[in-house]
Amino acid sequence: MEFKLSEEQEMIRKTVRDFAESEVAPKAGPMDEAEEYDYTLWDKMAEMGLTGIPFPEEYEGAGMDNVCYAIAVEELSRVCASTGVLISAHTSLCAWPIYAFGTEEQKQKYLVPLASGKKIGALGLTEPSAGSDAGSVKTSAVLDGDEYVLNGSKIFITNGEKADIYVIIASTDKTKGHRGTAAFIVEKGTPGFTFGKKEHKMGIRASSTYELVFENCRVPRENLLGEDGKGFKIALMTLDGGRIGIAAQALGIAQGAFDEALKYSKVREQFGKPISSFQGLQWMLADMATRIEAARLLVYKAAYLKDQGEPYSKESAMAKLFASECAMWVTTKAVQIFGGYGYTREYPVERMMRDAKITEIYEGTSEVQRIVIAANLLK
Amino acid sequence: MAKGIWVFAEQREGQIKKVVFELLSEGRKVADQLGEELCAVLLGKDVAGLVDSLGEYGVDKVYITESDGLENYTTDGYTNVVTDLIKEHQPSVFLLGCTITGRDLAAQVAQRLETGLMTDCTGMEVVDGQLVFTRPIYAGKAFVKASCPEARPVMATIRPNTFTAEAKPKTPETVKVTPDIGNIRQVIKDIVRQVSERPELTEADIIVSGGRGMKGPENFKILEELADVLGAAVGASRAAVDAGWAPHSMQVGQTGKTVSPVLYIACGISGAIQHLAGMSSAKCIVAINKDEEANIFKVADYGIVGDLFEVVPILTEELKKLTAQ
Amino acid sequence: MKILVCLKQTFDTEAKIVLDENGKIERQGVSLIMNPYDEFAVEEALRLKENQGEGEVTVISVGGQQTQDALRQALAMGADKAVLVDPGDVELDEYSTATILAKVISGMEYDIILGGFRAIDDGSAQVAGRVAEILNIPVVNMITKLEVADGKAVATREIEGGSEVVEVPLPAVLTAQKGLNEPRYPSMKGIMKAKKKPMQKMTLADVGLEEGQIAPKVKAISFSLPEPRKAGKIIPGEPAEAARELARLLREEAKVV
Repeated sequence: MEFKLSEEQEMIRKTVRDFAESEVAPKAGPMDEAEEYDYTLWDKMAEMGLTGIPFPEEYEGAGMDNVCYAIAVEELSRVCASTGVLISAHTSLCAWPIYAFGTEEQKQKYLVPLASGKKIGALGLTEPSAGSDAGSVKTSAVLDGDEYVLNGSKIFITNGEKADIYVIIASTDKTKGHRGTAAFIVEKGTPGFTFGKKEHKMGIRASSTYELVFENCRVPRENLLGEDGKGFKIALMTLDGGRIGIAAQALGIAQGAFDEALKYSKVREQFGKPISSFQGLQWMLADMATRIEAARLLVYKAAYLKDQGEPYSKESAMAKLFASECAMWVTTKAVQIFGGYGYTREYPVERMMRDAKITEIYEGTSEVQRIVIAANLLK
Repeated sequence: MAKGIWVFAEQREGQIKKVVFELLSEGRKVADQLGEELCAVLLGKDVAGLVDSLGEYGVDKVYITESDGLENYTTDGYTNVVTDLIKEHQPSVFLLGCTITGRDLAAQVAQRLETGLMTDCTGMEVVDGQLVFTRPIYAGKAFVKASCPEARPVMATIRPNTFTAEAKPKTPETVKVTPDIGNIRQVIKDIVRQVSERPELTEADIIVSGGRGMKGPENFKILEELADVLGAAVGASRAAVDAGWAPHSMQVGQTGKTVSPVLYIACGISGAIQHLAGMSSAKCIVAINKDEEANIFKVADYGIVGDLFEVVPILTEELKKLTAQ
Repeated sequence: MKILVCLKQTFDTEAKIVLDENGKIERQGVSLIMNPYDEFAVEEALRLKENQGEGEVTVISVGGQQTQDALRQALAMGADKAVLVDPGDVELDEYSTATILAKVISGMEYDIILGGFRAIDDGSAQVAGRVAEILNIPVVNMITKLEVADGKAVATREIEGGSEVVEVPLPAVLTAQKGLNEPRYPSMKGIMKAKKKPMQKMTLADVGLEEGQIAPKVKAISFSLPEPRKAGKIIPGEPAEAARELARLLREEAKVV
C-alpha cells in the first residue's frame, strides 16, 4: 500500500499549480463574467504539454499516467473550473477514444494534433431526448458510397464551436437500438456541420457549450471510429474515463474553495478575533478538509486502477459521485464562511459554488453514477 | 594590527551619495568608541572638490584616487584600486552603502581580501570591541545579528536610510593616491540614464506606491502628482509590475527593492506578505484601499478605507496647501 | 557552448518565518522553491543554448539532499545535467559556498556561468561575485539583457537611475535581475525526461575540500523576528474628509511631511 505520490506526480502538481495561480487564476473571474474563454491560455497549456498528458510520446503526448492527468485537472480546476473542463473534455472525451479505438492512420491524423494542442477536441453524445441513455440517439448516419451522411443534432456540447475535432455518436441502424450505433470523427468545417445555440449557463461560464447541427453532413468512411455497431460501447467506455476527469475537476473546485475559505477565516475578524477561532467555524473547516481528502483518495484510486489496466468503471463512478457532491457541499460552506462577501462577485467562492453544480450533472448525473455503481455491485 | 574605520565615498556624476554621509555619521561614533580613525575612500575623475562635503560629516582622512579610468564605475577598476588601498593601509572596518554599486564592489573586494561581508545591514553596534551588524533576512521577515570575528577588514554594506546624517564639520587630511587601475575586463559600451526629478526608490524619504487597485498604467499619474508635492519616489507592488503598469525598477517587495523610507503611502495595495517584506521597516505607513479586509491595514499607522481615486487627489491638494504654509 | 548555472533552493516567498527552540530559523514544514532569480538564470541558459543551436546546460547547487528538487526542476525546464554538493551539517557563509562552487567549477569545462543576482532568503548578493573572483574571471551583476557572440558577452545591467551596456570576454559570471526573461514552466515531457537526466551528488571530500578550507568568515550570533507592527488608526469619514484629516495627522501627529 503506497499513498505517496511519485516524484513526477509531485512535480506536475507543483508545476501546474504555479501555472494555474500565475496565469489562469487572474483570468478566471473575468472569463466567467464575459462568458468567453481566453484561448491564449490554451496555447500556453499546449506548450507545457497539458493537452495530451496520458498519451504516449509517439503521439505527441506527455507519456504520463492517469494519476498525473487527474492531478493536472485538479490543479487547473482549483483556480478555474472552466479550464479544468476544457482540458478534461478535450483529453478524456475526444483524444482518448481516438487513442483507444482509432486506427493508426486516425491516431496520426487526429490524436497527434489533439495531444500536441494544435487542435481542440470535443465529444458529441447528448441529444435533446438522449442524455445518459446513449443508446437512444436520434442522430443518424447512413452509408452512401464511401461516405456516411449524418443528420440530427447534439446539445450541451462542451468545447462546442471552439473544438476542431469532434467524436460524434450516431445511429447507423435504428432497429438495433444501441447495437446499431457508431462513433465518427468529424472535423469542424465539414459541409453540413454547423453550430446552433450557445448555452448560457449557471456555472463554468467560460466553457463553451453549443448545439451541434448535422444536415446531410458527409463524413468519409475512414472516419468511422472503431467498428460500426460499437458506438454505444465506445461512448460508455469513454464516459468511464471521462468521469475521472470530472471527478478531478470537482476535487479541484472543492480544494480551491476550501483554500479560499481557510485563508479568509484567518484574516476576517469578528468580535475582535479571527473567525477561525470560533469552534463552529473550525468544525466546518474540519469537515470540508476531511471530505476533500476522501474525494482525493477515490479520484486517485480510480486513475490508478485505469493505469494498472484493471476495471475502474465502478471506482470512477464512485469518485465522480463523491467528489462532485463534495464540491457542491464544500463550495456552499465556503460561501457561508465568507458571509455576505461570499455572495458577491468580489470573491471567487460564489463562482466556485456555481461551477460545482455542473459536476453533479454532466457526464452522468449523480443518480446515474449510483446506477452504475449499483449495476457493478449486483452483476 | 588593522586599524581605521573606512567608508566608501560612493559618488556618481560628481555627487556623493546620501548614504555615504549616513555612514560617516555613524562611522564617526564607532571610530570614537574604538579609538580609531574615520577615513573615506573617494574614487573618480575630478572628484577632489567633493572632499569638503565629506568633511561636513566628521571624516578624519580622505584617500582620493583620481583617474580618467575611474570616471564610471567598473567592477574591476574599482575593485583593483580599493583592494590595493586596503592591503596597504589595513583598516579594521570597511563600510559601503548597500547601493547597486556598493553591493557589486563589496563582494569582489571581500573575496579578494578573503574576508567576511555582511550585506544590506540595518544596524551596527560595538559589542565587546567587536562590530555586530543586524541584517534583515527572508526579506525582513527575520533578522540576524552577525559579526566577522577574525578576518579583517570587517566588511558590511548598509541599507540607505538606516542612519541619520549628522553634520560634524572637520577639515580632513587628504591623501592623494596614484592608482593602478589594472586590467578592466568590463567595457562599458553605453550608459542610459532615466531622467527623473524624483529621488531614487531606495534612498527616498517618502515613497508613494501603487498596486492592483490602480487598475491601469495611466492612473499612476495621480500617484506622481502626490509624489511631486512631497518630493517622493514612486513605487509599485508586484501585481502592478506583473500587469505591466510599472517597470520592475519601481517594484517594492521580496523580488523587488527593499525600502526604509520615513513615510510609505500604499495606494490600492493589498499587502501580500512579499510586499510587506519590502517596506515594513518604513517609519510611518499609510494605506489607502477600498477593501477593509486588506492586509495592508494591519501594518498601517494610518488607513483610509475608500476609493483611492477619490482620496489621493484630495490628499495631494491638502498636502500642497499644508506644505506651502 | 558549456553553460553553468549556480542555483539555490530557498524558502517559498510565502513562507512564514518562525524560530525553533534553539533560536534558529525553523526549516521544518517550510515549502521550498528554486530561488526566483536563479530561475531567470536557468531560463537564460536554456535560451542561450537554443539560440546557439548547441551547447550543454549544467546546474550546480550547494545544499542538502532536498535541494535535488530545485535541481530537478531545472532539469525539467530543459537543463542537461545537475551537480549537487552536499557539504553535510556544517556552517556555511557566502565565502564557504563560493569556495565550494568555485572548486567544483574549476574542474569543469565552461564558457559562461549564470546565476541569480541574489537569493531571496539571505539576500546577500555576493556568492556569484566571489566565485568569479576565485576563478579569476570577470563578473557582471544584475543583467536584464544578454547577448553572446564571438567569445564575448554583451549585457545590459541595472545601475542607479538607469542602465548600462557592458561587454566582457568569456568566460565570465553574469547574474540575473528580474526582467531578464520570463522563465518557462517545465513541460510535461520535460518532467518525464528530468528523472532520466544525470544528477551527480558530491560530498566535500569528493570536491577535494576539507572543512577547514570552507570555515565561514561571518558568524551568526542570534536570530530574531521583527516586532509585529501594530495596526494604527482607520480614519473615518467621506473621502474628502478622511483625506483632509490624513494630511493633518501626517503633518501634526506623525510629523513626516
